[in-house]
Amino acid sequence: MSGGVDSSVAAGLLVEDGHEVVGATMKLWGGASDSGCCSAADVRDARRVCDQLGVEHHVFNFTTEFTASVVEPYVAEHAAGRTPNPCVECNRHLKFGALLERAARLGFAAVATGHHARVERSPGTGRPRLRRGADVAKDQSYVLAALTSAELDRVLFPVGALTKAEVRAFAERRGLATAAKPDSQDVCFVASRAPGGGPSSGRRSFLEDRMELHPGRVLDAATGESLGEVPAVELVTVGQRRGLPAGGRRRRFAVAIDTAARTVVVGDEHDLLAGEVVLTARTWVGDPLPVGARCTVQGSAHGRPVAATSLADRVRFDRPSRRVAPGQLVACYLGDEVVGSGVAC
Amino acid sequence: MRPDPATVPDGPSAYLDHAASTPMRPEAVEAMLPFLAGTFANPSGAHGPSRSARRALAAREELASVVGCEPDEVVFTSGGTEADNLAVLGAHAGRPGPVLASAVEHRAVLAPVRAVGGTVVPVDARGVVDLDAVRELATGARRDGGAVTLASLMAVNSETGVVQPVERFCEAVRAVDGDTLVHCDAAQALAWLDVSAATSRCDLVTLSAHKFGGPKGTGALVVRGRAARVLRPVAHGGGQERELRPGTQNVAGAVAMAVAARLAAAERDATVRRVAALRDRLADGLADAVGALEPAPRALRVAGSCHLRFPGVVGEELVLLADREGVSTSTGSACASGAREPSHVLVAMGWDEASAAQAVRISLGATTTAAEVDHALRVVVRAVRQLRLGAAPAR
Repeated sequence: MSGGVDSSVAAGLLVEDGHEVVGATMKLWGGASDSGCCSAADVRDARRVCDQLGVEHHVFNFTTEFTASVVEPYVAEHAAGRTPNPCVECNRHLKFGALLERAARLGFAAVATGHHARVERSPGTGRPRLRRGADVAKDQSYVLAALTSAELDRVLFPVGALTKAEVRAFAERRGLATAAKPDSQDVCFVASRAPGGGPSSGRRSFLEDRMELHPGRVLDAATGESLGEVPAVELVTVGQRRGLPAGGRRRRFAVAIDTAARTVVVGDEHDLLAGEVVLTARTWVGDPLPVGARCTVQGSAHGRPVAATSLADRVRFDRPSRRVAPGQLVACYLGDEVVGSGVAC
Repeated sequence: MRPDPATVPDGPSAYLDHAASTPMRPEAVEAMLPFLAGTFANPSGAHGPSRSARRALAAREELASVVGCEPDEVVFTSGGTEADNLAVLGAHAGRPGPVLASAVEHRAVLAPVRAVGGTVVPVDARGVVDLDAVRELATGARRDGGAVTLASLMAVNSETGVVQPVERFCEAVRAVDGDTLVHCDAAQALAWLDVSAATSRCDLVTLSAHKFGGPKGTGALVVRGRAARVLRPVAHGGGQERELRPGTQNVAGAVAMAVAARLAAAERDATVRRVAALRDRLADGLADAVGALEPAPRALRVAGSCHLRFPGVVGEELVLLADREGVSTSTGSACASGAREPSHVLVAMGWDEASAAQAVRISLGATTTAAEVDHALRVVVRAVRQLRLGAAPAR
């Protein structure tokens, strides 16, 4: 329970369904310079909701695991010029990793969270399937796409069948303390702005404290000519438009980043198009898709799904599509069901 | 006495977190009641009811006889934390200079010590303060031209229960500079040790009533002669408590604390014998059944301390499972959010984070019964086995 409205309502729905529920808030991060996630105020909110629901509340300290499984890879991926997925890693290693394991040791049948996604059972086999949340705008199946049936078997998403408006209405009806709390945004352990800084200055200052940032040369994709410099090549993401010297032209995008050579290649929008994306670390919720199977793929949390064919080590887009930044998760869907994932190379 | 039935499951229970707080002694409850409604007046007033309240503050005589100080050396505070802050910040304000404290002090000492730029003294693997390091640090400070203003060492560690060599600490510090004030946080000590003897050479001594059967929100700082000439108040207001602690005194709390202190001291030898036997039964039972380890030698620890490490188990999980069976224990210090943090005490003793996470503080008290110990033994053994299996047996 993060102290937000979704997990509060998830707990409330389970209590209404007659489950024996215990609330848990994961303490993942702490420190003066963070964005305030896992703050004492959020813990108090979660505790108040549990008091209102008449269930126990505990705080679990997973800061060591979070640092090792989420924060350190986040920094390392930036150092390699890739675009990390901290929410995916946190779900995989913390919420549905360390927490799920702890829940099993403590004798709990399942872990429920406030994610907007649905777990359903196949009628024949009883195996769990992962579907998009009922509220398309709030769907979080993408950040859960690296889970497998082994985890999903012991996972509940009680708000996945509701729209956000229905979630808030439930919270208001039950008078839950978090009913009107705004949705959280961005990477929870990184402040969106450093004190006095502009957009994404928080990320810069977070990374600056943990790694060396290097200026990089910006090269034109067509001519190879140097267009100028960026202050930190590690902070550039494939597909990024803002903050890049454009050589006098209007819409120029980062199309390739090489942190070793300290270069960023910029091009036009069509230079961003790719026919396929090569994947590593592929996972499957249940059975793997056969090679050549049709699916749709999504390359970012709120990206548009595109039609594709799943091959052994890649997915091929039907039509050239916006490149997926290396390091990003690619989620594969059949209709609104997640079948698997991979990490873009 | 049964805890709140709404938060403790039915069936047998065992409250084994006396280092966090103890139930009030019935005599102390009895003693404080007349001062809540009847003799309620402000002890600083000029009328009869105030005189009655003021007379009740003669409780400081009773407390002074337990602690071995003069009655007017007792400064009543809102508890141990305030007393520790007054000792450290008050001494530093009166005589700015270097401040030392052991690395295993309570945060109520460490935080003000850090706030005035003080230095932390290391401890050995048992958690006992390193007296050579004390001498070195004090000598270094003196050589650099600033003799140590205040050195602080607790009497009993709140997590491990280890008794610190307070007297030898006083000698070590004063051998370097006779003017250095010594503060002893004796919050955990009164139930188990003769505080009067243990702290006789200290200039400042912290007491906390709810650790020995008194009420929460009541404590005292003993301020001996020469410390009184140095100490400055940290809060400002009226002139109560020798102008060191402004604010209307908690008369009922002071009365109850004094009664609890007197009775705890009078019964101490018997309590220590009885509780030590219960603690041994619990610690030995857990060592035999599930291989619980004792981080510090038992001989160094007070009778109520059953601080253990359970290899292969996360302490936080053990505390939760035990709680579900009515057994109240702790993993040590909690941060503001309620999350457990790696214990600074165990880290100072040289433990890595993974080992520190396996520690559980079980602490017995004067009211602990054999039935509680037996229940705790059953519950903890079952819980440790379940946690080591990696998954609970199906229910």
